[in-house]
Amino acid sequence: MTNEDDDLQRFIEAGARLLGLTVRPEWRDAIRLHLSISLQHTKTVSEFPLPDETDPASIFSA
Amino acid sequence: MIDTASDIAADIAARRRSATDTIEATLARIERDNPKLNAFTAVTGARARARAAAIDAAIAAGKPAGPLAGVPFAVKNLIDIAGLQTLAGSRINRDHPPADTDATVVSRLEAAGAILVGALNMGEYAYDFTGENCHYDPARNPHDHTRMTGGSSGGSGGAVAGGLVPLALGSDTNGSIRVPSSFCGIFGLKPTYGRLSRAGSFPFVSSLDHLGPLARSTRDLALAYDAMQGPDSGDPACADRPAEPASLSLEQGTARLRIARAGGYFRGGASDEALAALDTVAAALGAEREVEVPEAARARAAAYVITASEGAALHLDRLRQRAEDFDPDVRDRLIAGALIPAVAVMQAHKFRRWYRDAVLRLFDHVDAILAPATPCVAPAIGQKTFVLNGTDVPLRPNIGVYTQPISFIGLPVVAVPVPPPRGMPIAVQIIAPPWREDIALRIAQELEAAGIATAPLPPN
Repeated sequence: MTNEDDDLQRFIEAGARLLGLTVRPEWRDAIRLHLSISLQHTKTVSEFPLPDETDPASIFSA
Repeated sequence: MIDTASDIAADIAARRRSATDTIEATLARIERDNPKLNAFTAVTGARARARAAAIDAAIAAGKPAGPLAGVPFAVKNLIDIAGLQTLAGSRINRDHPPADTDATVVSRLEAAGAILVGALNMGEYAYDFTGENCHYDPARNPHDHTRMTGGSSGGSGGAVAGGLVPLALGSDTNGSIRVPSSFCGIFGLKPTYGRLSRAGSFPFVSSLDHLGPLARSTRDLALAYDAMQGPDSGDPACADRPAEPASLSLEQGTARLRIARAGGYFRGGASDEALAALDTVAAALGAEREVEVPEAARARAAAYVITASEGAALHLDRLRQRAEDFDPDVRDRLIAGALIPAVAVMQAHKFRRWYRDAVLRLFDHVDAILAPATPCVAPAIGQKTFVLNGTDVPLRPNIGVYTQPISFIGLPVVAVPVPPPRGMPIAVQIIAPPWREDIALRIAQELEAAGIATAPLPPN
């Protein structure tokens, strides 16, 4: 495993424990793969500069 | 060739056949072919027979039969059917009580004369592009039983493509109507976000969930879509706007429409089959112009992040209590989604505001945009990876690369099937501005009339 894999693995174990989730050893590789893909996407999103005033476009109507 | 919904409704209204005979033939076809296709998870035969008898009696009494009189339809099993458990493709929901009432979309189709014949297989909790399901086994592609239907509305795609029903309903959060339409070679409509009520359907990602029809013709899509429109206080996202029927304008043609094809992101990674289908459609429509959908890759990333996180939030308690009871392919993605930092999800929602505004500006200059629906034809059931942009990538997270940037901002899309002379079908997306489903449907109708878009039954 790379250092990044190690970090991710520790993050998964700690995060899952804090959320009350059980991660069986045989699930770890797939979870790490999917979290790695998601974090790559979060990086792509976060790199885009947005004005502070931008409203999130979730759903709401008063 | 199985009749279309509009043929059936016209025949029944004119008393050339009865609703009862139509339903008996449909139930017999389901009994014969469903073991091969695994599209249905429940058949509502008694209900359908009672409904057919009532329609025949109404017609005999000279009462109006409705635009979908006697048309058999089935719904993805995340849509409520009174008396049945709403499985949403899961084992866990088998422990839920049966639904008390039908979903709004079911009630509205039946009010138009259609007849529900059952519930359809799907990927667990709709977090799926394959149509596979470890609890109920995979839906199978009618064109090649060893291949995926696509998902998550896999049973909807298989049931329509296999000729079991002329009309089905599915849901589409990131592409789950359009992907099965492409892999199974049928027509699918994902309406504008908020157009059709989702009341009485099991949710996935609130800000991305849509319901819509799959059928063998554009006219059938329009008939079903028109019957389901209208406000509904049961769905907070359902728009408070009156029905805007699309059936009446189907034949208006495309001569005055400015149609472009999406370049850039939507070319990268597409297989030869996907690009050939897009070329065929663009040539038929004279769509020579190419437009760049701004930041489409980032939009897809944002949709991915929101989906993973919100889906995990929806299922967090079930993941805590019953993780072993999930489909492993879904569970592992949901657990990963629970660990995504909240700041990234907020940024994705903010980016959606920017992206929406930028894409809507494109529609100042064009009326519709063409794009591939899927990067490839249906993969083999069980396949875990495929080649995208020259790289072998996991299949489940990546089949929706071309659908996700569109549903991310709720644009209406018709997926039109463009079968090659030989081999598996594939579809093209016709993308219209918000609330202009009529434009996408008109274009689909023109392609169908020209013989470009067509949904032939697979050979037996």
